[in-house]
Amino acid sequence: MPIRLHRLSGYAGVLLLWLISTPLHATLNIEIFGGGATQIPIAIVPFAAEEKLQQGITPVVAADLQRSGLFRLVEPGGLRPHEPVEVVYPDWMNRGAGALVIGSTTILPGGQVALRVKLLDVAKQTQLAAYTETVPAEQLRAAAHRIADMIYEKLTGDVGVFSTRIAYVVKQGKKYSLQVADADGFNAQPVIEYTEPIISPAWSPDGTRLAYVSFENKKPVVYVQTLASRGRKAVANFRGSNSAPAWSPDGKKLAVVLSLMGGSQIFLINADGSGLQRITQSTGIDTEPSFSPDGRYIIFTSDRGGSPQIYRMPVTGSASTTAERLTFEGSYNVSPHYSPDGKSFAFIHRNGDRFNVAIQDLATRQVQLLTDSKFDESPSFAPNGKIILYATEVKGRGILSAVSSDGKTRQQLSTQAGDIREPAWGPLPGLQ
Amino acid sequence: MKKIFGVILIGLLSACASTPQPSAEVEEKSMGTQPQGETSRATTEAGGPTLNPLTDPKSILSKRSIYFDFDSYVVKDEFKPLVVAHAHYLRNNAAARVLLQGNTDERGSREYNLALGQRRADAVKYAMTLSGAKEAQIESVSLGEEKPRATGHDEASWAENRRVDIRYQGE
Repeated sequence: MPIRLHRLSGYAGVLLLWLISTPLHATLNIEIFGGGATQIPIAIVPFAAEEKLQQGITPVVAADLQRSGLFRLVEPGGLRPHEPVEVVYPDWMNRGAGALVIGSTTILPGGQVALRVKLLDVAKQTQLAAYTETVPAEQLRAAAHRIADMIYEKLTGDVGVFSTRIAYVVKQGKKYSLQVADADGFNAQPVIEYTEPIISPAWSPDGTRLAYVSFENKKPVVYVQTLASRGRKAVANFRGSNSAPAWSPDGKKLAVVLSLMGGSQIFLINADGSGLQRITQSTGIDTEPSFSPDGRYIIFTSDRGGSPQIYRMPVTGSASTTAERLTFEGSYNVSPHYSPDGKSFAFIHRNGDRFNVAIQDLATRQVQLLTDSKFDESPSFAPNGKIILYATEVKGRGILSAVSSDGKTRQQLSTQAGDIREPAWGPLPGLQ
Repeated sequence: MKKIFGVILIGLLSACASTPQPSAEVEEKSMGTQPQGETSRATTEAGGPTLNPLTDPKSILSKRSIYFDFDSYVVKDEFKPLVVAHAHYLRNNAAARVLLQGNTDERGSREYNLALGQRRADAVKYAMTLSGAKEAQIESVSLGEEKPRATGHDEASWAENRRVDIRYQGE
């Protein structure tokens, strides 16, 4: 905690800058708390001719890296190298930089922009990576995210998630809006808007469709909507409640929760709404299914033992299949989500009068509490497994927060007005 | 314009009321500012020459809410006379139909709460069928935590929202 308080003031300036540079269409503000004990000191020099572009590149790259909590930005001062031959390495060593990013931009006759970027190792005085891309001017932000992904991957060994998108629900007055935004909160676009609740958005594995639950017909119904065409279909609209959609990893099926046969039970259904098949058999509540990355298991919430706990079972569809209880600490463990590597799961654990994000290792069964706020809900892994996005509440307002899966760094995403909730982190763009 | 503003203001005031008022259910509904407000207008207008037992404030049938403990769907003893009275009304009025709407407080998982609200509504439905109501007369649904009557973030509001509401068809 002392780390968090200490760093807060340092980030106030960043936040202010963020707000000033935020264009009108952006609806999310981002604030960062904490940071890992070992951050990579990195200097990012404004690229040559960058000031002529309608969208700056290096500020986006810097904000991405800083938001990950794994980097510390080193001020370049007056130094402005754009080519490796212009770099005087001892200068950067003196400034404490471990890595250095330089580059140039060129506006081509057709209006496209050529980007040339180099990542340098200051201590070894070598080039770690080079990146070149020619993009239309309106895609400069996306290109900046790809550059940040490249740097992140080279320096941490993990896949970057700066080019991904998130989905969430904003409630403002009586209006509910399911929105999709870039992972840094920019380019927020409404998918649907209603005056009845929308919950549980879930990305198809290829990122082209969203499944969600809408109450627009006065009861919960599961829809699948294609983002590009906006076409949508009610895939589970049976008697009673239809909710909690989860995609199978191949994108062909959904696990859904229906009260069709009494109680709330988990069923499999094809993504077009055909082929209904029951997969859990209990007399109580079975809900919130999440597929293992290999598609062989689901984990889910069940009250079959008297209190809501997390269980795992093979997806066989056989009535004789038994579920294995995974959580034993406490009387309320809900909302399980498999990590992308399938080795652990995130969930919500009731801790006294608090509801917190926790992570449990499937092999060792070890549980780690990641948050200490009051009302956390809906944890969702980034596709690299390093960050967990979740909904929480500050001063009675719903906001989104993200915590690194080691619990060390947190960031908050809030809207200027209204409550924001039900986050779901989309897949890597390479899978689309 | 002024009138609309007044209605909104009342809505805000009622939303801010955080103290539990166990006897205030009918009044609160008649304000018409809650999400299901439109059904309650009929409740207040029904006072014809013959008093409707469903809306007569002196009748137990005018009580329409059954409250629950946190993460519980057990119908508590204090609400059993209410449930039995409605069951007997259904038994004696074969054409009557009710909708049971299960609700939960805002804490914890939205999806688990949706399922919990369903269990609460199902528990009341089961108790009613044991006391003579026909299953076909009763539909149980859940609103989970999505339609809170009390919008505060305190125990009083949560207690108010852990609830099954009985709504008669045509009201």
